[in-house]
Amino acid sequence: MNVIYILWLRQLKRYTRSRARVVASLAQPVLYLLAMGYGLGPIFLAAGMGSYRDFITPGLVAMTLLFTAVFSGIELIMDRQFGFLKETLVAPVPRLWIILGRILGGATIAFFQGLIFLCVSLIAGYRWDNLAALPVAFLFMVLIGIVFSALGSAIGSALSDAQGFQFVIGFLIMPLFFLSGAMFPLDNLPAALSFFTRLDPLSYGVDGLRHALNGGTAHFGVAADLLVLSAVSALLLAVSSWLFARIQV
Amino acid sequence: MTTGSAQNDPVMIRAQHLTKLFGDFAAVNDISFEIQRGEIVAFLGPNGAGKTTTIKMLTTLLKPTSGNIEVDGLNPASQPNEVRKRFGIVFQDPSLDDELTAQENMEMHGALFKVPRQVRAGRIEKLLRMFELWERRREPVKRFSGGMRRRLEIARGLLHTPPLLFLDEPTLGLDPQTRNQLWLQLKKLNEEEHVTIFLTTHYMEEAERVARRVVIIDGGRIIAQGTPQELKQQTASQTLEQAFLALTGSTIREEEANPTDRMRRMAKMWRR
Repeated sequence: MNVIYILWLRQLKRYTRSRARVVASLAQPVLYLLAMGYGLGPIFLAAGMGSYRDFITPGLVAMTLLFTAVFSGIELIMDRQFGFLKETLVAPVPRLWIILGRILGGATIAFFQGLIFLCVSLIAGYRWDNLAALPVAFLFMVLIGIVFSALGSAIGSALSDAQGFQFVIGFLIMPLFFLSGAMFPLDNLPAALSFFTRLDPLSYGVDGLRHALNGGTAHFGVAADLLVLSAVSALLLAVSSWLFARIQV
Repeated sequence: MTTGSAQNDPVMIRAQHLTKLFGDFAAVNDISFEIQRGEIVAFLGPNGAGKTTTIKMLTTLLKPTSGNIEVDGLNPASQPNEVRKRFGIVFQDPSLDDELTAQENMEMHGALFKVPRQVRAGRIEKLLRMFELWERRREPVKRFSGGMRRRLEIARGLLHTPPLLFLDEPTLGLDPQTRNQLWLQLKKLNEEEHVTIFLTTHYMEEAERVARRVVIIDGGRIIAQGTPQELKQQTASQTLEQAFLALTGSTIREEEANPTDRMRRMAKMWRR
């Protein structure tokens, strides 16, 4: 267990020491919040849907979590290139512990990053619906962090160098984000789009997070959201530890 | 010491008919050798000869295609974690975490290798002092020079008091002063703590100076082994370098034969 802790701590130390990373990974969601939130705001309001800024804020918290978690998982490739991976691979401990430490570290970083974004959105004028529901929102943030940190680690274990990076971002991360309902309501979508949003685990995260932060009824239902996220995180934990155990250097 | 170890067996490493294939390329081709406890053995060979692949098999990082290995009486393929407790390794490429300090790198290793808390701090101090890094223990490794990094890697590899140390080209890219000092420290370690050392190097004069025995590998096969003196006599050479060239020929090797590069290329093909 000490091994899980020490690798978790390593991720956190690396994160807190690179302020540039903290700021850089906030740039995109903040841009979305300001440009889209205020840009599309009037149209959204005219359609009788309320404040668009408030609508997308939970989605952008999820976006922050998604990006941070996947990237800290993919950092595994960096560890492979800069050699530190080998140091962990010759350690006399089960590889499962090593990958768990990494995934939990990535999820923790993502959680903090999401929290920072939430604070930024408060400055931009966002207010949550009900303070009492905040623990539920945190639960969803943790789950989203674990799901995508595990996904990133799985990718990082499967790829041997950073050349697949662009591919992963373009064909996986952006679709996961755009199909999640972070930017639009999931009601009354065309059937094909609706189908894909249901396949996207982030949809359930955004749904649960939006319900907890903004109130209102959840599209899939909070229980379904929790169930799907927990199942997917268990699945991805298993997949990434299997892939990690197969790494030979 | 621990379960399964055969302390009475004078052999620390025993490799029998060891083979590693990457596709149809034999990186290591049916090699057998033994390393005694307390020995310093140099594993020499041109680029792509199979040195690093052999070390990776001995250190549980690669599974042999065929053949047997015993490290301290244990099989790395079936008991990897027991074997991992018994060796320290300094890889050919750096393997430190640059963002962390020297102290933190050591502590991480201590936790990963389950060095008991009571002795951890004391041992870290002793090793950092031995390798003259104690004063700079709180600096992040990214500010360290090549020589300091190497010293830190060796100190780290010794933290869990392994009876066996692998050094894969530990002096590559270091200036003569640093190299000289490093070997003095390693020889002292071997004499005082009886650490068995298995090393690879391209500097023949270093091998001649520190190694009791030399194993020469080329094209995945062992082509000669013995004391430096024996190899010189065998080839009627003045120096080990001349003996090495007499045994391995003087044509320059393709770096590409490196199995890691081959795997990288295969991975790229797979992605397209």
